[in-house]
Amino acid sequence: MARNTDLADLAESIFSDSWDPGATGLDTTAWRACAESGLTTLTAPDTGGTLDDAAVLLETAGAWAARVPLAETDLLAGWLARSAGLPVPDGPLAAVRGSLGPAGDTTGDTTGDTVAGVLPRVPWGRALAGVVVLDGDRVLVLDAAALTVTEGTNLAEEPRDTLDATGVVPLATGPAPDGAADELALRAALGRSLLLAGAARGALARAVGYAGERRQFGRPIARFQAVQHMLAEAGTEVAAAAAASAAAAHTARTAGFAAAGTTLAVAAAKARCGEAATAVARITHQVHGAIGFTREHDLRLLTTRLWAWRDEDGNESYWNDRVGTAALAAGPDGLWPLVTG
Amino acid sequence: MAGTPSAPATATRSAGPARTTRLPALVPEPVELPAHLAELRAEVRAFLDAERAAGAWTPRADVWLSGWDAGFSRRLGERGWLGMTIPTRYGGHGRSALERYVVTEELLAAGAPVAAHWIADRQIGPSLLRHGTEEQRQAFLPGIARGEVFFGIGMSEPDSGSDLASVRTRAERVDGGWELSGTKVWTSGAHLAHAFFALVRTAPVDEGNRHAGLSQLLVELDRPGVEIRPIPLLTGAHHFNEVRFDRVFIPDERVFGEIGDGWAQVTGELAFERSGPERFLSTYPLLAALVGELTAGTGTDAGTRRRIGSLVSRLWTLRSMSLAVAGALESGEAPELAAALVKDLGTRFENEIVDAARLLVDVPPDPGAPDGFARLLADAVLHAPGFTLRGGTNEVLRGIVARGMGLR
Repeated sequence: MARNTDLADLAESIFSDSWDPGATGLDTTAWRACAESGLTTLTAPDTGGTLDDAAVLLETAGAWAARVPLAETDLLAGWLARSAGLPVPDGPLAAVRGSLGPAGDTTGDTTGDTVAGVLPRVPWGRALAGVVVLDGDRVLVLDAAALTVTEGTNLAEEPRDTLDATGVVPLATGPAPDGAADELALRAALGRSLLLAGAARGALARAVGYAGERRQFGRPIARFQAVQHMLAEAGTEVAAAAAASAAAAHTARTAGFAAAGTTLAVAAAKARCGEAATAVARITHQVHGAIGFTREHDLRLLTTRLWAWRDEDGNESYWNDRVGTAALAAGPDGLWPLVTG
Repeated sequence: MAGTPSAPATATRSAGPARTTRLPALVPEPVELPAHLAELRAEVRAFLDAERAAGAWTPRADVWLSGWDAGFSRRLGERGWLGMTIPTRYGGHGRSALERYVVTEELLAAGAPVAAHWIADRQIGPSLLRHGTEEQRQAFLPGIARGEVFFGIGMSEPDSGSDLASVRTRAERVDGGWELSGTKVWTSGAHLAHAFFALVRTAPVDEGNRHAGLSQLLVELDRPGVEIRPIPLLTGAHHFNEVRFDRVFIPDERVFGEIGDGWAQVTGELAFERSGPERFLSTYPLLAALVGELTAGTGTDAGTRRRIGSLVSRLWTLRSMSLAVAGALESGEAPELAAALVKDLGTRFENEIVDAARLLVDVPPDPGAPDGFARLLADAVLHAPGFTLRGGTNEVLRGIVARGMGLR
C-alpha cells in the first residue's frame, strides 16, 4: 500500500483553510470542499477509494478537529444504505441503530406507513440531510428535515442530538444485510479510532510547539528533561494510536469486516486509541500549564475530542472485554494464532 | 496516519494554523505480511510442536537471553531458518526480512531456546554484509547460517552504560594489526560464543566530537590475552560476562568496516536491534500461560477479561508497529525514531504482563518448578529489570524520541 500523500495534502489543505477555533456546529465550508473533492463518498463503490484512503482522511480530520461528519456519512450511512439497496441522500448523514416500529398497524406492508420512535444522541443530528436507521432486519432512510430535534452535545460541543421520528414516512426501506449490526459497530469504532489517533497527534504537535516557546526559569521548558520525557511518552502513545488505527483500517480493507481478524483489529485499535487518548490529553495539558485549561486556548479543541471520542462507539472496557473474551476462548495455544491472524 | 499531514500547534492563545509544528513520522505505514508466509509460519509451528512433544525443551521467558541450546540452533540451521536474509553465496537463504520476522516471532512466542544464535543471526550477519570484507563474510556467514558460529556484543564497558561514546578500551597500531587492551561487560554468552565485535578507541578522545576515533574490531574469543569471567545474574544463572583484553593482537583482516567509523556503524544497526519482536515478546510465554490458568479456572469476571483484553490489544498494536518498522527497514529506510518508540513501549509492556500475571493468579512464583505458570512467572520477575535496560535504557531512548520530535 502506497501512502496516499496527495489525499493527505488535499485533506490538510481543506481543514487548515477553514480552521476557526471559535466556531461550533457544522463547518459548511469544509463540508462543501470535501464534497466537491469526493471525500464525502470516498469509499463508495464507484469512486475507487479504499479504507486505507479513509484512514488518511479521517486521521487528518481528527488532527484538525474538523467539524464535518465524514466518518458518519461515508463509512456508516453511505455503506448501510447501499448495502440495503437504498439510495444515498446527498449531504451530511448519520447511521444509527434504533427501534422504529410502525406507528399504527404492525402487520402487512409498511411502505408508505409512518414510523414511531426516538433516536438518541445522533451525531450532527441538527445538521443532517438524512439519517439511515438499522432497525432489526430492516434499514430505513429518513429525511432529517422531517424529524424533531432536541439539541445536545458531547464534551467537545459536537452535536449529539435526539431525533424524534414519530409520524415520519421513511424515504426508503430495505432489508438489512446479514451481520449489519456487527459491521456497523465495527465501522463506527474504526472511524472513531482514526479520529482519535489524529486528535492525539494534533494535541501532541501543539504541546511540542508550546514547549519550544514557553520559557520558565530562564529557558524554554522543552529544555527540561522531565518535560522531554513526558512528551516522549506522549509520542509513544500517539505512535501506538496511529499504528493501531491504520493497521485496523488496512486489515478491514484486505480481509473484510466479517473476518475474525478484523474484529480483533478494530477492537484492539479502539481500545488502544482510547488508552492513548487518556495519556495524551493528560500530558499535553500538563505541558501547557494553566493556559491550556482555558476556553481561549485551542488545545481544548483536541483534548475535549479525545475525552469525548474515547467513550463513543464503545470505550476501552467494552472493546477490551471483547478482546479478552476472544483471548480466553482461544486458550493458551490459540492466543498466538489469534494475534497473528 | 502518523506523519503524513501536520497539525496546527499554537504557542500562545488561539494563534491559528499559521503557526504550526510539524511532527515527524512517528511510525511507518502498516505492513501486511504476504499471504505465502502463512505456509512458512505453519511449517515453523509444526516443527516447534514436534520439538515440544519430544521434550527437547520447555517454554521459558526471556529466551533470547537465557535459552542457550546449540543443538536447537543447529536444527534451525538445517531447516534454513537462520541466516535467512543472507545471500545464498554465503550459505544463507536469500529470503526477505519479513520472512525472517515470521520465523523469529514464532520462536519467541513459543519460548524456544534461541539465545545461542540470536545475536549472530539478528545483527552480526547483516553487519557483515554491510561493512565486512569478502574474506570476513566467507569466514563467518556460512557458520552463522548453519547455527554453528555464535557471537556476542562487545559494546558496553564498566561505567559506560548507555553512553557508548565513553568506551575506553583502546587499540594501538602495531605491525600488521592492532593491539587491544581494556574491558567489556554485560556480554551475554561470551563464555559460549566464538567471537564478538568490540567497539574500541583507535584514537584519543576528542571532547569536541566524542563519536570520533571509535572503531569496530572482530575479536575471536579464543585469542591469547582474552580473559572471560562470569557475572552471575541475581538468579545465579550465568549469562553475562566480563571480557578482559590484555594486549590482544587483532590482525588487520579483522578490522570491521573502516577505522574511525565505529560510531556510525554501531548506531546504524540500532534500528534492527530495537524494533524486533524480542522487544515485546520476552514474557509472551507467561501471557499464554496466564490465559491457560484463567481458562482452567472457575470462570472470569469482567475486570479480568478486560485486563487480558488490554494486554492483547497492546500486543496486537505493538506487533503492528514492529512490523511497520520491519517493512521500512526492508525498503531501505532507517526509522531510528520509530524503533526507539517500539522499544520503549514494548519493554514496558513486557513488564505489564508480569504484573497482570501476579495479580490475576494467586500462585507464588517458583523458580524451582520444572515448568508451567509458577516457573514462567519466577523467570519473568527475575529477568524483568533487564527488559528496559538492554539495547539502550528507556530513559536514553526517550531522549532520542525527544530529539526526533525537535525538543533538543
